[in-house]
Amino acid sequence: MKARAACVLAVVVGAGFLSSTRARQPGTSAGPQESKGESVYSEIGKAPEKARAKPNPLEKDPDAVRAGRILFEQRCAECHGDNATGGKKGPSLRAPEIQNAEPGAVFWILTNGVVRKGMPVWSKLPEPQRWQLVCYIKSLGTLPPPSPGSPPPPAAKDSLRPR
Amino acid sequence: MLLPKVPVPVFLLLAIIGFPAAARAQENPYFVAYDHYLEEPGNLEIEYFSTFGTERGGHDFHSYWTEFEYGATAWWTTEFSLDGQTTFGDSTVFTGIRWENRFRPLKREHFINPILYVEFEHKSAADKILKEVEGHDVEADFLTPNAVARPDISNEVELKLILSGVHKGWNFTENTLAAKNLAGSPWEFGYALGASRPLALKASAKPCSFCRQNFVAGVEMYGGLGDRHDFGLRDTSHYLAPVLVWNMPSGWTLRVSPGFGLNDNSHQFLLRWGLSREISGFGSMVSRLFRGHR
Repeated sequence: MKARAACVLAVVVGAGFLSSTRARQPGTSAGPQESKGESVYSEIGKAPEKARAKPNPLEKDPDAVRAGRILFEQRCAECHGDNATGGKKGPSLRAPEIQNAEPGAVFWILTNGVVRKGMPVWSKLPEPQRWQLVCYIKSLGTLPPPSPGSPPPPAAKDSLRPR
Repeated sequence: MLLPKVPVPVFLLLAIIGFPAAARAQENPYFVAYDHYLEEPGNLEIEYFSTFGTERGGHDFHSYWTEFEYGATAWWTTEFSLDGQTTFGDSTVFTGIRWENRFRPLKREHFINPILYVEFEHKSAADKILKEVEGHDVEADFLTPNAVARPDISNEVELKLILSGVHKGWNFTENTLAAKNLAGSPWEFGYALGASRPLALKASAKPCSFCRQNFVAGVEMYGGLGDRHDFGLRDTSHYLAPVLVWNMPSGWTLRVSPGFGLNDNSHQFLLRWGLSREISGFGSMVSRLFRGHR
């Protein structure tokens, strides 16, 4: 009985682990960054009108970008890269789809995540902290996708400027 | 090559301390209640929890458990844990294992967010971790000496419906639980309620350890609701416990909670504390290990 239970446990845990790691492998036609990017970018378009219209209450807060940068390094850089240009799991946040989106739409994505595509829900961060993150992300500006063999992009901290 | 003999707990501790990619966690302060936030995908959280409890008519006890919580996907968190206890004046015993899974069925954030929880426990009657209180659990159950209770092993399935939401920075959560001993005992029921809030909602513009936003305070209440044949509050125990968590920038999380029994069936006092560390990218690291570095 014990051995059977242990086998079932091992199989289920193994299957779960494999499914979670498989989800991060490159697709057949597109790399992980591209496919994840498309998912998140298309998700931004699904933000309701009411959410898009929400103004950023911390837009004029002089400390918001700096605080947002600390939050980004702690919570987001692992997936989206230190420079927000995209990582193994998350797409670039300096793409026009994000940079041209309304602050309210970016806030909406942070709040709801894209759970089925691996982006967690960040409503565990209090609302002002999510707005601080929006301030930082929007301060980064657009960066075109890197072409093969091009030098690495400048560090996000170098382009730190409030918008 | 011969490896130096290092005890497993020391090895684990060294591995946790020395791990290069600790993630900054934003953990809730609860010990018993769950909110609707799952582990970030690919992250592993290693947690140690401890409970000191008083026992009228018997020996006080210290129980402890270690949890390994892994974010399999953004909608599924799986967790394995090992439990033990020391009863003062009696003995120290290993009391069992638990494997729990939490699933998030809804894609988006709502006013109330449901989470489905399924757990399998293989534990002895000497188990004293009080991770949940169910059925007619009462203080007198813990009077049985370890030598008598330990051989009494049970396999139990536990289901929970977690309903949790956030309003103006406050998290409110309600957990309803139903547990069944697979040997044929009736379904037993219990509950846990929790409310908590960060001490500051805005983040500081400077990195800091003691900023108010790193602390989350709240309260939780939990207890049994009888079983299928005798549902209600009769012969059940209930607790109220203030809770506090400190999310350190280094990636460590410290929780503490003094708990108080609310009726004569409850332990009069429980002191809980816990230390945890989240390791980011654990899943990718393990998959690289098996596939080779690319």
